Amino acid sequence: MEAVLQSMNLKEKVLLALKEVTDPEISSISILDLGMVEDVEATDGSVVIKALPTFVGCPALHIIERDIKKAASEVDGVKEVKVDFVFSPSWTTDRITEEGKIRLKEFGIAPPPANHVMGEPWSIDCPYCGSSYVTMENIFGPTACRSILYCKSCKNPFEAMKPVADMN
Amino acid sequence: MNTKTMNEQEQSALIELIYQLGDDDFILAYRGSEWLGLAPHIEEDVAFSSISQDMMGHAAMYYHLLEELGEGEADGLAHLRKPEAFRNAILLEKVNGSGTYLKKPDYDWAFTVVRNYFYAVYKQIRLESLRLSSYEPLADAARKIITEQYYHLMHWELWFKQLVTSTEEAKKRMLSAVGKAWKDFGGVLTLGPSYSEMVKGGFIEDENLLKKRWLNRIEKMFVETGVPPQGEPLIESGNGRKGEHTQDLADALTTLSEVYATNPASGW
Repeated sequence: MEAVLQSMNLKEKVLLALKEVTDPEISSISILDLGMVEDVEATDGSVVIKALPTFVGCPALHIIERDIKKAASEVDGVKEVKVDFVFSPSWTTDRITEEGKIRLKEFGIAPPPANHVMGEPWSIDCPYCGSSYVTMENIFGPTACRSILYCKSCKNPFEAMKPVADMN
Repeated sequence: MNTKTMNEQEQSALIELIYQLGDDDFILAYRGSEWLGLAPHIEEDVAFSSISQDMMGHAAMYYHLLEELGEGEADGLAHLRKPEAFRNAILLEKVNGSGTYLKKPDYDWAFTVVRNYFYAVYKQIRLESLRLSSYEPLADAARKIITEQYYHLMHWELWFKQLVTSTEEAKKRMLSAVGKAWKDFGGVLTLGPSYSEMVKGGFIEDENLLKKRWLNRIEKMFVETGVPPQGEPLIESGNGRKGEHTQDLADALTTLSEVYATNPASGW
């Protein structure tokens, strides 16, 4: 491991550290798997991380910023860290990785449909039993990014990541 | 276009426009948050508070754009400005009904649905225009906000349609709310005194075009749900784009900023 770490450049080391930064509201998934990290620039120990907010009014953004700074600062060779939240490109649910989708399910949240087109019907499988015999209880859920559903097969309430697609 | 290539007049028109965008979302998000715990049912309570949170986020985003344009810190813009410095339309600042959140709130759900539906349609149309704004940071913000706005519009459209085609009592209340909102919706549709500079700078399209698109969409809904035509939307209570406001805004800002004003230096 030592040898592997030594052969990595600073940017790669920072990215590795960011794997440990999770969404404070969905603690099983890292911000990398959520697709929130757009770019990492590392020059001479100074690191600039470009992050994409999921929802604009997400109250967790400040916590995420703090956690990113903390994780990146602890990387050997990093002197200063800056986090920029940018809106271009827009974060969409297509940015969530395959690994991320598995982590969401672990948390009881159905992952968003792939290649969703806004306005088109949206099929969601229960994260517990896999059934698609589900009903939408509320498009809006406990956090800005989630909806509330009910599985008629295994009779569990569950949440789903609200699909967000580029509409431009 | 960026701040280096625009002249002073264009920059001040751009700033004026962003105040309108931010303040509209800010004050309506506040009115929405006053419904917390009072909405007609628990699902609506969750949905409406989520929408209000999104909208407050949109306002904060616009205030950050203003901060970048040298207007001062975003938090201060939200909390420390006097009512006359606000550029929101008067319709959006009006109270939800009689009473206050803490004392005998007798809020009008029909008015809330109509106001939010009318505004959501206009916000959608305005964002579609802002996506093509010559000021790139504003265009980026619009592209982001529109993905969230999509769900808000769907929500209010459903409420509007269902209530206005429901029982006689519901229909009566909805029609009276439509009449009330119509008297001041002209104040939402106007871009205010510096509108021609905004259009010249390519920040947004002509207000008459946006208004026409709004009317087309609303009139289509009226035909579909049997609401009689309302004519030209008016500006009866004054023009918020000129800094004219009612006591309702002053009262809301006092409540809203109470905690912040006790110690503006404290961290959040």
